[in-house]
Order: sequence, then C-alpha cells, then structure tokens
Amino acid sequence: MALNITDIKRIAHLARLEISDQEATATLTKLSGILGLIEQMQAVDTTNITPMSHSQDVTQRLREDVVTAINQREAFQSNAPFLGNGSAEKAVDSGLYLVPKVIE
Amino acid sequence: MEWEVVIGLETHTQLRTKSKQFSGASITYGAEPNTQADEVSIALPGVLPVLNKQAVECAIKFGLAINADIPARSVFSRKNYFYPDLPKGYQISQFELPVVGKGAVTIQVPASGKNAAYEKVINITRAHLEEDAGKSVHGALEGMSGIDLNRAGTPLLEIVTEPDMRSASEAVAYAKKLHELVQWIDICDGNMQEGSFRCDVNVSVRPKGTDKFGTRREIKNLNSFKFMTQAIEYETRWQIETLEDGGTIQQATVLFNPDTGETKAMRSKEEANDYRYFPDPDLLPLEVTAADKARVKATMPELPDAMKARFEADYALSSYDAAALTASRELADYFTATVHAGSDAKPAANWIMGAISAKLNTEEKMINESPISAAQLAQLLKRIADNTISNNAAKQVFEAMWAGEGEVDAIIAEKGLKQESDSGAIEAIIDEVLKANPAMVEEFKAGKEKAFNALVGQAMKASKGKANPAQVNEVLKKKLAN
Repeated sequence: MALNITDIKRIAHLARLEISDQEATATLTKLSGILGLIEQMQAVDTTNITPMSHSQDVTQRLREDVVTAINQREAFQSNAPFLGNGSAEKAVDSGLYLVPKVIE
Repeated sequence: MEWEVVIGLETHTQLRTKSKQFSGASITYGAEPNTQADEVSIALPGVLPVLNKQAVECAIKFGLAINADIPARSVFSRKNYFYPDLPKGYQISQFELPVVGKGAVTIQVPASGKNAAYEKVINITRAHLEEDAGKSVHGALEGMSGIDLNRAGTPLLEIVTEPDMRSASEAVAYAKKLHELVQWIDICDGNMQEGSFRCDVNVSVRPKGTDKFGTRREIKNLNSFKFMTQAIEYETRWQIETLEDGGTIQQATVLFNPDTGETKAMRSKEEANDYRYFPDPDLLPLEVTAADKARVKATMPELPDAMKARFEADYALSSYDAAALTASRELADYFTATVHAGSDAKPAANWIMGAISAKLNTEEKMINESPISAAQLAQLLKRIADNTISNNAAKQVFEAMWAGEGEVDAIIAEKGLKQESDSGAIEAIIDEVLKANPAMVEEFKAGKEKAFNALVGQAMKASKGKANPAQVNEVLKKKLAN
C-alpha cells in the first residue's frame, strides 16, 4: 500500500499531531519504509498460523471485584493543568476538571 | 410504494460489579465528582489495567443465557478517539474477538390493532466487554466544560443484534426482553434513569420486498421504551418522506429530543468513524475455559423461557399468562410462592395479573412492594375455592388487606362476608322468596326465563348477598321444577 502526503496529514490529524509540510514529507518516507518492511513479511505463508494479539503466549490474569482505591481527588487535582493565559489557577472547579467548552 | 423499516440495536448494559472494569475504584452512582476517579480512571502515565473477574462472569452468564458461542479466547482492543471525557485517548473495548459470539433471544410482540400477538427470534451478533467514558458537565464556568471521571472505566457489556427487527414494536419488545433478561440473571440493575441500560437504535428503510438494506441512521442513547417508540416512528417517517421527496439518506448519528419528539443529526464529528482499533498491548487475551462456563452456569437461576415453558406444562397456563408471569423474577417468585402456599394456579395467575398488577400500576409499586404477601393472596384464593366467600366478597377482602386491615379470615369475620352455604338456610330463604313473589313464579312457569334470574336476585338480596349463588341456582331450579 502506497501512502501519500494526504494520508500522512490525515493520520497526524487523527492523532492530534501538528505537522509541517516538511515534516510530513520526511514522515512519508519513514512510514513508507516501514510499510515496505511489512509488505515483505506479508509474503510469508501464514495459512495455518493463529494470529497473535500479544507477544507473550499467556492469558489475562483477573482481578477480584473489590474496591481498593481511595479518594485521592485532592492529590490528583493538585497536578491538574493551569487555567491558561499565564493563570496561576488550576483548571478545576467544584471537584470537576475544566476543559475548553465542549459543544455536544 | 410500500416501505419496510429495518432495525438493529446496540445496548450498553452496566454490569453489576462493585469496582471498575480495569481498576479497584468504586462505581457507586451519584458520588461527588472525581472522588471515584483513581489513577487508572484519569489515565495517569504508567498505570496498567487489570480486568475485573466479576465483569467477565457477567459476560459468561449472558452468553449462556442466550445460548451463544463463548469462544475460548477473546481480545481487548483500543478504540482511538479524542474527547475530554476519555483521558486515555482510547476506550478499551473488544473488536475482532468479542467475549460472546452469536446467540439469540425470543421476543413476544404484543397484539396491536388488527395484528395478533406473535413470537419472533432475534439474532444476537455479539456481546463485548468495554469501559464507559466520563461525563461532561456544561454551564459550570463561562467558556468551560467540567469533566467528572467517576463513570470512566465503569464495566459495560455491549450487546449487538442483527438487523432483524421490522417495526418499532418489535424493537421495543426486544429491548424489554433484554432488559428483563439482564436483570433476571442479575448482571445489570436495569436502572434506565441512571443510564445502566441504554440503547442505540439503527434504523433504515427500503421498498418492501427488496433485499438490499437502505442507508442507516443511528439514534443514540435512548433510555426509555416510550422514547424508543417515538424516536423510531419519527425517524422512519422522516426517512420515508425524504426518499419519497427524491432525497437521499446520509449515514449519520442522530439524537432524539423528547420535548419535540423529533430526531436530529448531530454535528458530524470529523473523521469520527476512523477508530483505528488495534489489540491493547496492556491486556493479555482473555481465556474462558469449559470449566469456567460450568462453574458460572451452576450459579445461574432457571431462565425465563424455561420457566415459562414449565408454567405452561405444570400449571396449564396459556402462553400469554406464562409469559406475563415470567416478565420478572420477582413476579415469577410471587406466583410460585402463591401456588406453593396452597392456591390453584389459574386463579393465582388471574389475580396477580389482574387485581394485583392494577393496584401496583396505580401506585407505581413493584411486586416485591405489594402490601399483600403471596401467602395472604393464597389464603384469600383458598377461601374462594372452599366457598367461604364469593368472588365479590373476595374483592372487598382484597381491598381491605391492601389497606393493611389484617388477615383474610379476620376480615371475613369482621365484615360479615362469609357466604351462606348451609342448604337448610338457603332452602328457607328460597321458600320465603317463592311465597312472596307468586307473580314471578307464574311468569317462569309460563316460559319466561327472565323471571328465574329475578328470583335469584330476590334470594341473594334476602340473604344480604351472602348466599352461595351456585347453590341458590340449584335449589331454586329444583323447587320450581316441583
């Protein structure tokens, strides 16, 4: 699969990465190289091989359904971002984390 | 042109656990904002998700209840998108390999207008485990939104159907059936107000008789059956009108506005549908063994469909009655307890679905809040069966018991409702009535059937309503024949 600049910009946008035209061109070369490598691997016959979803052949350990967490809101919110524009205030209010207005 | 609507549902059921899907934070509803948002819920760097055992058992229960394939291995994936209530930037869900595969549920679609009630099998495509997102709170501060992450990470089982439904009533019948089932097997509290059970409904229309599906629009987050009916009916009309006016349907996510009764497309989130799923490297594949399934199965109650069949076979109830009585576990338990306390099944079914249901509806109560216990109802029905009281008197006793006036026999005695079944006394009353109404007797002998009923009425009146009507009929017939 060949990538073009539009693909790179779209992927960057989906990942919320700001990317200049120059960076996009460089990234296109690198990503195309990786895809080229994958293409080589595609040539291997994997007909009778079950796809893996994890590099280790072990299964998930389960946690007993017990409440173990305590309320650490104050500690977590002391680490919240600042309100912006050089404000010294944390972006929290009445226990809520504040973000720029979300339009539903 | 005649149109056909095609409907499929995706239902998010919140699982009955104490802690979150991937961490030990509480999921108690209504807590102060962010007091139940631990380091995993707010996605601090370096934390690892560890799957909740109880949530997995809930999923297995559901799979067993709908006779589904439960694969030996399922996989968790990341569904990537950006939204402030999703601090990781991805939701942990399942994609290619869900915990529950294909299954089915049988729904009862009620009669409406000219159409009789019928049963239909709705195929379930899959059910997968995932986590809920947080909540955005608007209007707290100018130009800002508040984020509460208490709900983030709450265990969900998303249940997806095939596009098998062909009307709003079928969709609602399915949603109700599923709602009953998840509560019956105790994996979800079913609380729709609190969002424990919410449905997304995919609706498309096509000319009747064609095979190809139309373009669908998805109505998001319906949390009442009434809104579901309104939303589907509005959406169906809108799509048909749009097509008949020469327009086309664009695939979209729409919201239902209960105030206007209309559905409206959400502002399309740019590239919203490119979730770039990939297996979550933080989680290993989930293994469910035959032993796991057997262990979970042993903890499950008899399922509603099996119980319905048993009620039909053991108690000679109609399919309709049996379905109504198995609408919830509490109702089925109440019925069973009434029968075990010595009542016949048919009158118990009639009274529970009649008088008791009517009262519960009026007072907006659940069966387990009924002021009349199953044992008390059984006692009342026994007194009808052994001719102590008439059906009419039983209604008075019922009202008195509902009002908390005491036990059956005490109320019968207190209100003097005992039926006169002593044949001597009844014969004496009838002799009096015949003597006092010679004209009626003549009319009857002249062939007027109506006169007989008038005489029965006189006898009942003379007994102050206490005579056993069947006995009065019999004795009167005998006397008039002489």
